[in-house]
Amino acid sequence: MELICPAGTPAALHDAVGAGADAIYCGFNDETNARNFPGLNFNREEMRDSIAHAHRYGVKVLVAINTFARAGNVDLWRRAVDDAVECEADALIVADVGVMDYVARTHPQQRLHVSVQAAAANPDSIRFYVESFGAKRVVLPRVLSVPEIAAITREVDCETEVFIFGGLCVMEEGRCSLSSYATGKSPNMDGVCSPAGAIQYREENGALISRLGNFTINKFAKGEAAAYPTLCKGRYQTDEGCGYLFEDPASLDATTMLPELRKAKVSALKIEGRQRGRAYIERVVKTFRHALIALEEGRPIPADELNGLSEGQSTTVGAYKKTWR
Amino acid sequence: MQLTLGPVLYNWKPELWRDFYFRIAEEAPVDTVVVGEIVCSKRSPFLEEHIPAVVERLTACGKQVLMGSLTLMSLVRERKAMAELAAAEEFTMEVNDLSCLGMLGGRPHAIGPFVNIYNEAAAKFFVSRGAQRICLPPELPLSAIRTIAKSQPDTTFEVFGFGRAPLAISARCYHARLNKLSKDNCKFVCEQDPDGLAVTTLDDEPFLAMNGVQTLAYACTSLLGDIVKLDDAGVGALRLSPQQCDMVAVAQLFRDVIDGRLDAAQGADELTRVYPIPVANGFLYAKPGSTFVAGAGEVHRIAPVA
Repeated sequence: MELICPAGTPAALHDAVGAGADAIYCGFNDETNARNFPGLNFNREEMRDSIAHAHRYGVKVLVAINTFARAGNVDLWRRAVDDAVECEADALIVADVGVMDYVARTHPQQRLHVSVQAAAANPDSIRFYVESFGAKRVVLPRVLSVPEIAAITREVDCETEVFIFGGLCVMEEGRCSLSSYATGKSPNMDGVCSPAGAIQYREENGALISRLGNFTINKFAKGEAAAYPTLCKGRYQTDEGCGYLFEDPASLDATTMLPELRKAKVSALKIEGRQRGRAYIERVVKTFRHALIALEEGRPIPADELNGLSEGQSTTVGAYKKTWR
Repeated sequence: MQLTLGPVLYNWKPELWRDFYFRIAEEAPVDTVVVGEIVCSKRSPFLEEHIPAVVERLTACGKQVLMGSLTLMSLVRERKAMAELAAAEEFTMEVNDLSCLGMLGGRPHAIGPFVNIYNEAAAKFFVSRGAQRICLPPELPLSAIRTIAKSQPDTTFEVFGFGRAPLAISARCYHARLNKLSKDNCKFVCEQDPDGLAVTTLDDEPFLAMNGVQTLAYACTSLLGDIVKLDDAGVGALRLSPQQCDMVAVAQLFRDVIDGRLDAAQGADELTRVYPIPVANGFLYAKPGSTFVAGAGEVHRIAPVA
């Protein structure tokens, strides 16, 4: 299984190459990629140099052009595609059907991956992307269990890639407007979810209150660890009960699922977090590299080595084990 | 401008669901009606026995009927059911997931608001594959709607005009989670909330509405005051999404405003009486979807709970 690592900057890319990544994914510094954060991502020259650097070490670079093109300005996305091809990207990760169509027509030799934002959650939709655009790999949404992933991988004519560590979407990716409802900025259109610029903290009677846009997302008692106010991981109330109605503020750690994911014939394992710092990336990549070597050699996989790195302090294997099914 | 009645998104009692459509067929001034369970396949068997009668009545009353597909399908039985629906030549499908496009094999169809069409390039692709009507995603701003609609003048573009806007879909059922039940043994607790379960913040601000695996806005989308702009942008139809209120009256209000028989401001007052939930239209103006932008462009928050 290939280990796919995030890089938000050229320096992080260098670290990931050194730490044992098989491939690295990154994006241009504009709204064409779904981690469009200030100070992050690559300009054209950095992209060209970084890809050349990775290739010297036999590491692939996948360029994420995975937001939905803005109407009237599709050329920005087409240019990103042209430039990534010219920089010799090993694959493009694309979500928008209009952009995929452009890749398939203009650069038919370019390897195309279906972004998780494209919401390809079953063999029929994956087949649509393979047949329409010649997609070679699909990144599966984090709403599937391992048996479902195994069944999909058996049935489709392309590779599958799954997330193993980092942020966890509990809603189907690419089909969630919660962020734009509260803040006006959406993952699909702006490449951001629950953006930092929309967050306010305030103290009230010793409690820390986090707000996003005009809405209170959580309240933390004194001493309680305050998780980032991601919308789907807030505390809310209803007439029938209150609390973390959608998901606890946990992040994904599928270390313990690696043997099953291998059995499921998954091609690639992806670490989320292009917005993360270099030290984080290096540690996560090294840990998963060691885990994969242990898996290959038939040794037990060291667990819990990444404790403390996860936002919100707790981790979950998410939908991979559907305890709630 | 045409009116479309979107599918019932909530878990309504099957007989009430049937009677709702019978009344719509006879009394509501809508051109198109989308029928079928699109949120949770566990609810589908209860509606199935009523679908033929509902479709027949709607058709007899001159409504165009579209059969809505599921939004998220992962089980084999769900995929099979959609393949059968796609193969049924007597129906026109409204596609809510790309899975159905292959099943349709290029046959003419409609596309629902859950397929991501954010630009003219994507619209062109789907039209080339047989899409004749496209209901655009609720979060699209007017400028994008205009560009897309003008790029494909032979296609009917529709926008979400009334009702709680659907915001997210998950594999996990939040009604079941709230009631500490598994999804497989959910006891259909979502039927207790036929208008969605209101979700408020810890500061008692109304925020969202829960509907099983689906999450919607608490606020009710109302584009009643934006009809002139939508018409000018090339929008051909407005979608009215069924809520627990007099939907015949809602359709009549929209029809009257579109036809110039009723002033938009008066219509808005009347709409609030028919469905007393705070209104929002922020998505249309590239503002937070929870806000309401009045004619002058001022942004109002949705009203707090008293």
